[in-house]
Amino acid sequence: MEFKQLVFYVFSAVLVFAAGCVITVRNPVKAALFLVLAFFSAAGLWMLLQAEFLAIALVLVYVGAVMVLFLFVVMMLDINVARLREGFGEYLPIGGLVAVLLVLEMSFILASGPFDAANMPEPATAAAGHSNTRELGRVLYTTYVYPFEIAALILLVAIVAAITLTLRRRKDTKYQNPATQMRVRREDRVRLVKMPAEKKN
Amino acid sequence: MIPLEYYLILGAILFALAVVGIFLNRKNLVVLLMAIELLLLAVNLNFVAFSHYLGDTAGQVFVFFILTVAAAESAIGLAILVVLFRSRQTINVEDLSSLKG
Repeated sequence: MEFKQLVFYVFSAVLVFAAGCVITVRNPVKAALFLVLAFFSAAGLWMLLQAEFLAIALVLVYVGAVMVLFLFVVMMLDINVARLREGFGEYLPIGGLVAVLLVLEMSFILASGPFDAANMPEPATAAAGHSNTRELGRVLYTTYVYPFEIAALILLVAIVAAITLTLRRRKDTKYQNPATQMRVRREDRVRLVKMPAEKKN
Repeated sequence: MIPLEYYLILGAILFALAVVGIFLNRKNLVVLLMAIELLLLAVNLNFVAFSHYLGDTAGQVFVFFILTVAAAESAIGLAILVVLFRSRQTINVEDLSSLKG
């Protein structure tokens, strides 16, 4: 077995194990941590597929940002796990059946020939100077420039939506209103009082 | 040398696991969101594999967009979850029946 295959099998095994743990562990914090492991192994597999930029982006964006967000929310909420686990095994038989059938059908179709090594040989390893990031950027900023800008807009909408949803103003908090501060005139604040000078007795 | 079908079958297994996760954790909104992330990861794996074996970078561009949308989706989903928890003190799907659906 060559080294590449070994890497593939190890990372796939870790990926499937982590995915299995995500859906079965009791504690949502542990589920989030197993999801981190799953993303990490998927990034390793993408590295094997010579998609280096996306592998690093997956680690940075998912492990670094999205999963931290998940962990943050899971730890912030005081979840009653016992109630959420009620009837956990109720749908396990039918769910397992669906999953096994799904995998069997898909493998039956996928392994039937069109995607095997003879019909779709693995392309040669890229040359030493080849840059996946440059290649991706060249396509992204030319052919897919409009979708790219729409993606930026989607992220903006997500920011605005997430902030407006969770923003709340407490009544007892004191805060400054810059608009009213700016609108203040001299007459509102300063009162000149004319009074005669007092005499010294 | 790893044939393409191995990657596709791995994607199928991951997808099936995530579907079962939705079946099992139908009461826990957080784990439901995590299962959706796993579904998208399975799809992305297929995209990257095809992109590599067909020698076409477009597949990776699509993975890029899927990552964007997934990040936006999880951010908004978690924000809704937080608001929900603030008003109802629960994230159990069974308790969210005020619409009488």
